[in-house]
Amino acid sequence: MKLLAELVLLSLTTILANNYVLVKFLGICPFLGVSKKVGTAVGMSVAVTFVMTVASVVTYFVQMLLVHFNIEYMQTVAFILVIAVLVQVVEMAIQKFSPALYGALGIYLPLITTNCAVLGVALLNVQESFDFVHTLVYSFSAGLSFMLAIVLFAGVRERLETADVPKALQGFPIALVTAGLLALAFLGFSGMKF
Amino acid sequence: MNILIPIIVLGVMGAAFGILLGVAAKAFRVKKDERIDQIGELLAGANCGGCGYPGCGGFAEALCQGVANITDCPSTKPENREKIGEILGVQVGESVPMVAMVMCSGTCSNVVLNHHYEGINDCVAAARYGGSDKACPYGCIGFGSCADVCQFGAITIENDIAVIDRDKCVACGACVNICPHHVIKLVEKKQRTFVKCVSKDKGAALKNICSAGCIGCKICEKNCPKDAIHVVDNVASIDYEKCVNCGICASKCPKKIIDFTKIDGTKPYVKTEE
Repeated sequence: MKLLAELVLLSLTTILANNYVLVKFLGICPFLGVSKKVGTAVGMSVAVTFVMTVASVVTYFVQMLLVHFNIEYMQTVAFILVIAVLVQVVEMAIQKFSPALYGALGIYLPLITTNCAVLGVALLNVQESFDFVHTLVYSFSAGLSFMLAIVLFAGVRERLETADVPKALQGFPIALVTAGLLALAFLGFSGMKF
Repeated sequence: MNILIPIIVLGVMGAAFGILLGVAAKAFRVKKDERIDQIGELLAGANCGGCGYPGCGGFAEALCQGVANITDCPSTKPENREKIGEILGVQVGESVPMVAMVMCSGTCSNVVLNHHYEGINDCVAAARYGGSDKACPYGCIGFGSCADVCQFGAITIENDIAVIDRDKCVACGACVNICPHHVIKLVEKKQRTFVKCVSKDKGAALKNICSAGCIGCKICEKNCPKDAIHVVDNVASIDYEKCVNCGICASKCPKKIIDFTKIDGTKPYVKTEE
């Protein structure tokens, strides 16, 4: 029971107070790039959540291997390698076994290969020395936090499409201003004590 | 010696992953249908979305899977349709040629302008605030969102109302979907009689805001020999299953809002400015 409470707390903290995009500023590239429509934002964030969770599980064991050989300093290189390969294999497997899912996620998967949020989760898991269950919950919540941020942002951007924006701010500038305001709003969560 | 360990470990990892990817690529290979690209080249290539699939590529794929019919695409040329039929090995049926029509006569001289809209020049945005300067809440807003989405350059805005070039229109339906007041409708190209008003206001109220609106007087209904025109929600609507394009309703309409074109292309009952 205590473990469950701890896991829920960890999950909530990750999604709200330590939001990956808006507080930790990881995964900004897809956050700005794939947030023009709510539909694509959902597709992208589902793909990210999926890859994050799988990548964390795999890197958990890779880290054990690195520790065994006393070469933890190769962590970053090894993790990038693992994640890149993983995304490729997952993409191929999905294309083969579930064309419907591939249709929904396929175009986003290659984008995730070098996504810093995915690598960030893998590295933070090690830094926080989480055990396996915590790793799983933490990385899944990290994906959800990405989803929350990007879907919210996409909703705002859809409305901005028809808004009367001053010429100098049209396009990316206003998107960045919006992202900044959203990040400010999420800063409010960091004052909460869970 | 120590430097060898990371080299070996990562080297082995890299090699193992390389082999894994190679094997996976073979094991998970998906055969792509060659016909998709061939058909894609023959389609109109406008990606208008009129078929209901995401662009011409999606439509080509659906054609190969047999779930779509080439007649779903209004804009492909007839000769290309036959070629696609040959590739697919099916007989291509004739599709009924359609065209988009603007069902509103509220030009700036006909309709009362009772307020001043100062927002973005976009129908969808304006519709959120009650439309453009025009008093009628049902008719054409006239900012040309339909003209913006038309891939074929068939729509222009004249006198604050959308006008569709029947020769350029391929009936993709993009304008029908974007119009926030649903003023544009797809009709069969051979149809020559249209009620050019969509206002649901009662006659007395409508008279005050638009001189070219259907007042629901039912004169057309009484004079129609085929029982094809009826007033529903204070506006006349034609049942095209029954309509024979005789033009009687257009000749009797007191407001002259029923648009009738003779076979020779003349419009005998056009409203004249008083």
